[in-house]
Amino acid sequence: MASLGSIRRDFEPWNDPNAKPYIRFENVTKRFGDFTAVNNLSLTVFEKEFFALLGASGCGKSTLLRMLAGFEEPTEGRILLDGQDLRGIPPYRRPVNMMFQSYALFPHMTVEKNIAFGLKQDGMPKPEIEARVAEMLKLVKLEQFARRKPHQLSGGQRQRVALARSVAKRPKVLLLDEPLGALDKKLREETQFELMDLQQNLGLTFVVVTHDQEEAMTMADRIAILDKGEVMQVATPTEVYEAPSSRFVAGFVGNVNMFEGKVAASDATTARITGASGAEIVVNNVGDAIAGANVAFAIRPEKIKVSSKKPAGALNMLEGEVYDIAYLGDMTVYHVKLDDGQVVRASAMNAARVTEDPLTWNDRAWVSFLPDAGIVLTR
Amino acid sequence: MSNETFSSIDAAPLTAVEKSAAARLGAAFVNRLVIIVPYVWLLFFFLIPFIIVFKISLSQTAIAIPPYAPVLGFGDGVAGFIGQLKQLGLDNYVWLTQDPLYFYAYVSSVVIAAISTVLTLLVGYPVAYGMARAPASLRPTLLMLVILPFWTSFLIRVYAWIGILKPEGLLNQFLLGIGVIHEPLIILNTYTAIFIGIVYSYLPFMVLPLYSALEKMDYSLIEAAKDLGCPPTAAFWKITFPLSLPGVIAGCLLVFIPAVGEFVIPDLLGGSQTLMIGKTLWNEFFSNRDWPVSSAVAVILLLLLIVPIVLFQQAQARAQEQGR
Repeated sequence: MASLGSIRRDFEPWNDPNAKPYIRFENVTKRFGDFTAVNNLSLTVFEKEFFALLGASGCGKSTLLRMLAGFEEPTEGRILLDGQDLRGIPPYRRPVNMMFQSYALFPHMTVEKNIAFGLKQDGMPKPEIEARVAEMLKLVKLEQFARRKPHQLSGGQRQRVALARSVAKRPKVLLLDEPLGALDKKLREETQFELMDLQQNLGLTFVVVTHDQEEAMTMADRIAILDKGEVMQVATPTEVYEAPSSRFVAGFVGNVNMFEGKVAASDATTARITGASGAEIVVNNVGDAIAGANVAFAIRPEKIKVSSKKPAGALNMLEGEVYDIAYLGDMTVYHVKLDDGQVVRASAMNAARVTEDPLTWNDRAWVSFLPDAGIVLTR
Repeated sequence: MSNETFSSIDAAPLTAVEKSAAARLGAAFVNRLVIIVPYVWLLFFFLIPFIIVFKISLSQTAIAIPPYAPVLGFGDGVAGFIGQLKQLGLDNYVWLTQDPLYFYAYVSSVVIAAISTVLTLLVGYPVAYGMARAPASLRPTLLMLVILPFWTSFLIRVYAWIGILKPEGLLNQFLLGIGVIHEPLIILNTYTAIFIGIVYSYLPFMVLPLYSALEKMDYSLIEAAKDLGCPPTAAFWKITFPLSLPGVIAGCLLVFIPAVGEFVIPDLLGGSQTLMIGKTLWNEFFSNRDWPVSSAVAVILLLLLIVPIVLFQQAQARAQEQGR
């Protein structure tokens, strides 16, 4: 079987100006009393896309999903699915299905009956229902558990029943509310890949809500990062990580070091940023920063090198003292307290079993990085 | 095991293992004590009174105090006691089968109780459902309102219904006043009045188990059913109702059982011509002063109720073993 990656690799409808969005949120606002859960939000999702809504709890991501499923109606704005305005269509007439965070399996029905529930509602003929249920059970590898009740299953098995039940009807869009939230770490990582394969095999559009950035990065084609009911950035995992649009996104996804400063000089390719303590940083990824602007220079820990000797020829280097070390096996994380007081986090892959340049607590150390290793953020 | 433990107590201080063994013995004793308490309660307040009633039901009426014979005792020695036992017989039970009044009273009681139970369920289910779906902050108040009538005596509340239902009562005055009817409805002293009385009096016993079953139900199950294409009414019958069945059954038993033996409501609201076994029993006991026959009526009533309950509980236990 060919790797599913080959499909995934060329899938970027968001860069195609002719591609028609499949789901479209247009200026959607949702208020609960005084509380604004979603604020004038616009968003598009393409057919067969694996789309993730990522944010902290209370950011409005679940509300978006529930509006798509029909459990809530937008206060303002509209939601279109495949060109059809969804306003006023009750959940039981929408061509979307949802996998609930709590799984919401019917406790008085067997696994089979749970999976067949939606099909029976549609009045599908009995032999077809049986065939579809058998197919779904095979898909989630639960053939021998067909006659069990939900309470006789493990957490992972229940999660798979919930998944089978929600895809059994072949919905246009599958909504997943924290689908892996209740699983332990190892099972979660395995299931992430299973979900991706399933989505590719069935050719469905997935919209997943999660607060786990790793989960979103692993599975999604694109991620929307939400905060206080507003979209902060919608981009591929790589863009979100390497080219965050704001300080919030940079800080929310992964670890980051931020150097606040003023742009001292800027041309098309390079800028000099002067920090509060007078240290200067030369950067290549200037963005829309103009001279005199207050900006943040954001750089990921793995792009910073720590050394005990002053690195020769580095454009950017800052001196400090090793403040903390965390040895994680595959890599080591150093916290270096610079002379101006800022703590820089740097991580080094442990490619060899013995480090050439051993550093320990309170050693003098240099942190250095290339001019294009980080990004300048104006927002 | 206990032998070893006890011998070592004399010989040496207890080791940790032995201490835990002793603790386990103690815990086992406490556990058993906890189980014994309800059994002792049942023995003194159910089994012994029942045996006394059962014995009276086997005796003969007598113009005496107490009004039956023989009165068991050892006054005449063991031989006398055995002689007294020989006087006991099933005559009263035979009598119950000979006079059709008792049979009709039993059947009528069961039918009235069954109809009332269904009516109570029909009234109680929406109430419990509304309570369970009410905002969480409001629920304790609603619960309180359901229990509130218990603060007043049951008897007084049934008397109050006479005032409401009688021809010149509140209900008729109201209906005449707004012009719905032109002559008073005759409700008091009919079966309708009994149904109203039973539904009113036993409603809390129906609402509370239903509420507790509905309240712990995860609302996302209903959302899941809707999401899978189930309109709200169908979702109720396919998800909500089956999941509330334990509450429905508990509530129905709590209403049906006391309603079968109900005496006050048929007596006060049903008038003289209504036939219910509780009333028959009361008449037998107080008007006829026939303790043995009324005891026999009570024993048969108990058997009538206990058999279906035991069968039901066995079925439920079996279902639970199989995993609901």
